[in-house]
Amino acid sequence: MVILAAVALFLIVKAMPAIVASWQTPDLAGGTTAGNDNFWEYVGPLVWGTVWVSAIALVIGAPIAIGIALFISHYAPRRLAGPLGYLVDLLAAVPSVVFGLWGIFVIRPFLLPLEQWLNDHLNWIPVFAGPRTSTGSTILAGAVVLAVMILPIISSISREIFLQTPRLHEEAALALGATKWETIRLAVFPYARSGVVSAVLLGLGRALGETMAIALIISPSLKFWVNILTDSQNSQTIAANLALNFPESNELQREALIGTGLMLFVISLAVNFVARGIITRTGRGAKRRKLAGTPLVDTSIPGDPTADAAVESIVAVETLSPATRVRRDGAE
Amino acid sequence: MTTTAVTKPLEPRSPQGNSLTSGQLPRLFELYALIGSLVVVGGAFMLMGFNLIGDGLVGWLVVTAIVYLIAVGVFASIVENRRRATDRVVRGIVIVAFLLAFIPLVSTLGTVVVRGIGALNWNFISQSTGSHFDPSTLVVTTTQGALQSIVGTLEVTGIAALMSVPIGLLTAIYLVEYARPTQWMARTVTLLVDVMTGIPSIVAGLFAFSLFTIIVGPKAFSGFSASVALSVLMIPIVVRSSEEMLKLVSSELREASYALGVTKFATITRIVLPTAVAGLVTGIMLAIARIIGETAPIFIAASFTNDLNTNPFNGPISTLAVGAYTLYKFPGTDIPASVNAAWGNALLLVILVVILNLIARIVARVFAPKGLR
Repeated sequence: MVILAAVALFLIVKAMPAIVASWQTPDLAGGTTAGNDNFWEYVGPLVWGTVWVSAIALVIGAPIAIGIALFISHYAPRRLAGPLGYLVDLLAAVPSVVFGLWGIFVIRPFLLPLEQWLNDHLNWIPVFAGPRTSTGSTILAGAVVLAVMILPIISSISREIFLQTPRLHEEAALALGATKWETIRLAVFPYARSGVVSAVLLGLGRALGETMAIALIISPSLKFWVNILTDSQNSQTIAANLALNFPESNELQREALIGTGLMLFVISLAVNFVARGIITRTGRGAKRRKLAGTPLVDTSIPGDPTADAAVESIVAVETLSPATRVRRDGAE
Repeated sequence: MTTTAVTKPLEPRSPQGNSLTSGQLPRLFELYALIGSLVVVGGAFMLMGFNLIGDGLVGWLVVTAIVYLIAVGVFASIVENRRRATDRVVRGIVIVAFLLAFIPLVSTLGTVVVRGIGALNWNFISQSTGSHFDPSTLVVTTTQGALQSIVGTLEVTGIAALMSVPIGLLTAIYLVEYARPTQWMARTVTLLVDVMTGIPSIVAGLFAFSLFTIIVGPKAFSGFSASVALSVLMIPIVVRSSEEMLKLVSSELREASYALGVTKFATITRIVLPTAVAGLVTGIMLAIARIIGETAPIFIAASFTNDLNTNPFNGPISTLAVGAYTLYKFPGTDIPASVNAAWGNALLLVILVVILNLIARIVARVFAPKGLR
C-alpha cells in the first residue's frame, strides 16, 4: 500500500522542475505552455475548467440519477427492478472512450438547435453568452456526456442505500396515511441522506478525472470562461489538456503537464476526503439531532393531519429503543 | 358487469356517498392523462406544422411530459387533495427522470453496435493496420486493422491482472482474517484503499510514465508501464470486492475448522477461499472489465502505434480503447475509414466488456456454494 504515497511522490518529483523553472525559457515559451509567466498562471484556468464542467455535469446528472434510483427501488414493478438494476450496473462498465465517440456523433448534433436557440434568445445571461456555436463542440455537450457517464455510479449506490431503509420506518409512515412520496420524503431520504451525498461526490470524483469524453468533444482555449455554448471560448479541463498535449510536448512541457496532473490528484483527493467526512459526520450528527430535538412521547393529537411530527417521533423512538433496533437488525 | 349496475347508485359525488371511493380519481387515471396529453400536444404540433415522427419527435415527447405533469397536478388537486397531487406529480417526475436517463444509455449501445458492425469483418480482426503502396497509380492505401489493438489490450490487461490480483487478494485476506478492525495498520490500509479508488485514471498513467522515465530514461513507452498504471487503478477495486466477499463467509465455518485443530493457514486455503471463490472470481472479472476500457493511462504510458507489437516491455503498444480514440482524433489520410475503424474498435471493446460481465455472472451462478442461495 505504498503505491499511493509513491504516486504522490513521483508526481511531485517530476513536476517540481517545471513549477520552479523560469517560464521565459524557450522550452516553456513555446508549444502548449506558451504565454504564461509561471506555473500557477498556466494551471489556474485548467483547474477552473475542470471544476466548472464537472459541476455542470453534476447539476444535470445527480437529480436524474437519484430519480432512477428511486424508480428502481420504490416505483418499478418488482419483476423489472432486478434486470433494470443489472443494466444500469452494466452501463457503469461501458468504457469512457465509447461515451466520448457517442457524444460526438449523437449528442453534439442533438444539442445544437437547443444551444443555438439559447444563444440567440438568452445571451444576456453570462453563461449563455459568446459567439454562436456552429459545430456543437461546447462545454454543455461535454457536460451532458459526463452527466450520462456518472449516472450509473450515482444511481447504483443510491439505489443500494434506498433499498436498505428499514422497512419498519416505511411501514410506519404508510400506516399513518402518508402517500408514497411522503413516505419517501419522511422515511427514505433522512435515512439515505449521507449515502446519497457521498454517492454524488463519488460521481463528482469520476467526472473530475474523466479525460476522453472531454478531450474528444470540447474545443478548448486555456482561459477563464464561463460560457457554455461557444465553439472557441471554452475552458479546458486538466485531464483533457493532458491527453491532447502530452504526446507532442518536450521534456519540460511534459513536466509542466505532470504538474497539472498533480493538481488534479490533489483536487480529487480533497473531494474524496470531503465525501468520507460527510458520511461519518451526518451519520452521527443526524442521530444526535433526533435524540435531542424530538419529544419521546407522541404529543400530536390523534387524527392530526400533519403526520410529520408523528413520524419523526416514531423514528426517534425507533433509534432509541434497543429492543426495536435488535429486531430490525435481526430481520435484515 | 352486473356489479357495476348494482353499485352505480352508490357512487354519487355527494358527501354521504361511498366514502371509500369518493374524492378519488379513477384507477387508470394516469394512463388516461398520458394518452390525453400525447394526443393534445401531438395535435397542436401538427397544426403548427411540425413533423411528429422526424424532427418534432423530441419536442413532442418533452412537451407531452410537461403537459402531463401539469394536468395530473391540476386534476388531482381539484378532485383529490394537495398531498395526493404532490404524490402523483412526483411519481410522474421519477418516471420521466428514468426514461430521460435510459434514452441516452440505450442510444449509446445502439450507436456503437450500428456504427461498429460495418467495420467488423475477419480482415479487420485478423490484420494489423498497414499501408500498401501501389507503384502503378502512386497511391498509398491504408487498410485498417485491429489485430495490434486486440493483442495489446489482452497483453496490457493480462499483465495488470497478474500483478494486481495477488496483491489485492492478499490485502483483502489480511484485512479480513488477520487484522483486527481497530488496529492502526488495518485502518490505514482501508483508508488508503478508499483513497486509491478515487485516483483519476490519467494520474495513474502519469505516475507510471514518471516511474519508467526515472528507471528507463526518456521515451519510456511500453506496455508494461501501462500495466503498472492499470494495476494502480485495479488493486483498490479487487481489494474492495474481495474484502466484501470474504466477510460474507460465515464465521461458524471458520470456528468449526479451528475447533478441529486446523491451523489458520489451512483454514484460509481450505475453508474460506473455496467458500468465497465464486464471489472472488466475479469481483476480479468485473475489475478487469472496468480497467479494460481505460484509455487515458494507456495513452500516456504506452503511447500508441499502428504496428503489431507483441513485446510488452519495449516500445509503444496500442489497445482497443486507445485505438478508438487516436483513430478519431488523429485520423489517417482517409478520414471516413479511420472513423469507421474507430467505431469498430469501440464495438470490439464493448463486446469484450459484455463477455467479461457475462462470464462473471455465469461463474457466480456455477460456483455458488449450495445452501447459500
